[in-house]
Amino acid sequence: MRAVVTVIGKDATGIIAAVSNVLKERNINILDINQSVLSDMFVMVMLVDISGSNVDFSALSDELVKLGDGMGLKILAMHEDIFNTMHRI
Amino acid sequence: MINSFDILETVKMIEEEHLDIRTVTMGISLRDCSGSDINRVSERVYDKITKTAENLVSTAEQIACEYGIPIVNKRVSVTPVSLLADACDTTDPTPLAHALDRAAETLGINFIGGYGALVHKGMTRGDANLINTLPEALSETERVCSFVNVATTRAGINMDAVKTLGELVCRMAYLTRDRESVACAKFVAFANATEDNPFMAGAFHGVGEGEAVINVGVSGPGVVHKAIKRAGDVNLTELAEVVKRTAFKITRAGQLVAKTAAERLNIPFGIVDLSLAPTPAIGDSVAHILEEMGLSSVGSHGTTAALALLNDAVKKGGVMASPHVGGLSGAFIPVSEDAGMIEAASKGLLSFDKLEAMTAVCSVGLDMIAIPGDTPPEVISAIIADEISIGVVNNKTTAVRVIPAYGKGVGDSVNYGGLLGEAPVMPISTCSPLKFISRGGRIPAPIHSQRN
Repeated sequence: MRAVVTVIGKDATGIIAAVSNVLKERNINILDINQSVLSDMFVMVMLVDISGSNVDFSALSDELVKLGDGMGLKILAMHEDIFNTMHRI
Repeated sequence: MINSFDILETVKMIEEEHLDIRTVTMGISLRDCSGSDINRVSERVYDKITKTAENLVSTAEQIACEYGIPIVNKRVSVTPVSLLADACDTTDPTPLAHALDRAAETLGINFIGGYGALVHKGMTRGDANLINTLPEALSETERVCSFVNVATTRAGINMDAVKTLGELVCRMAYLTRDRESVACAKFVAFANATEDNPFMAGAFHGVGEGEAVINVGVSGPGVVHKAIKRAGDVNLTELAEVVKRTAFKITRAGQLVAKTAAERLNIPFGIVDLSLAPTPAIGDSVAHILEEMGLSSVGSHGTTAALALLNDAVKKGGVMASPHVGGLSGAFIPVSEDAGMIEAASKGLLSFDKLEAMTAVCSVGLDMIAIPGDTPPEVISAIIADEISIGVVNNKTTAVRVIPAYGKGVGDSVNYGGLLGEAPVMPISTCSPLKFISRGGRIPAPIHSQRN
């Protein structure tokens, strides 16, 4: 099962490291990253494989939200199907 | 990988524009609960609902978490309860309403629909027993929603039933006078009621349905509003295209949730209802969409045309996104549940009569409108008759959910909080339709009902 992690907020040092670290702890493999900084706004979209995850999806989601709250970022984990169905015919 | 732009668009829709799944509604047949002893039937009803929908709330919450899209309501609709009342050897079927209420409480859902009857041509003993005790049933329960279908395009309008409903709506208002006449907010009079509508208060599980079914209602006025805003100064042809594209995406999200919920609950998928359902939250208003289209206020001349465009474009975009579209499917215009409608009605810019005109081109009808508490029953019957006529003649579903706010007049408002919102009491015509309503009988089906 694959999920998309989106990270949006003010740019700072160590965002990618912090998010990647949580994913590593949870045994989640990063498949693709797309990241940009536009006028101080940090935007990152990660495609991750959660089939080996050692926690359930809601726990992972809560952990990422909490990490985001601590860094002033909005971090969301969503199953990739929502994007596939909405944007592909 | 999916385009980052598309991903961020979805995230923005959910986070900033109130995209959500308005309801996952499980329809449950109660036909096998029938019997003559009402206490025994009540037990069977409670047991069947709580067992069948046992995992509804937890499954919906899990899906909402995984897809990151809120599912606002989890609800249950049941077989029209008058069918059970028919077999019971009592004249008071309200214990069945209490059984539904208890079942809803056990499941952790806020509304359960289906305590109603289909009487478009006539009433059985059970229909009459249920309808005559409706005010008591709705005032004694919290979560039970009720409907009565008084007309179809094929059968015409049962004006005897319409006359009775006017009296009952007044009694509902009186019995819940200490709670802003809330019983009226849980009751809908229908023409051409649909069997698979997932939205309350009019949801019921039709007799043509199977044992159980999952129906999903999408939402998204805020998303459509923002899309129109971003489109800027385009003509109405292009505007309709913008709405279609947006409706497609919204409906796809609904279809995904419906399919997933059906699989996990092991219950067949029924339909996706394409309605644009507003909430009182800022940025979630159908009225504001119409204003974004270029009206200085909803209620101005041009409102009906703007709504017709919106309603049609939503359907055209939505039908391609789901294999089964059903329910009400269109833009809702409930006054109390829409920040823009509340504002326009409070300022006197949106009239009751304009709302009636608007219902000719959208779903569903005169919805959540507060009217003066001293409105006589025959006027409420006449309001129902007018609205139902629009549905019958235009071959569409229409409905009436008006609240004669007990003890209140124009200038006052009723305030329920939450999704039911706040409704300013609106002025209506004070001329009397008493003689017309007193005639009773049936208004014959329109000529175009003869299609065979």
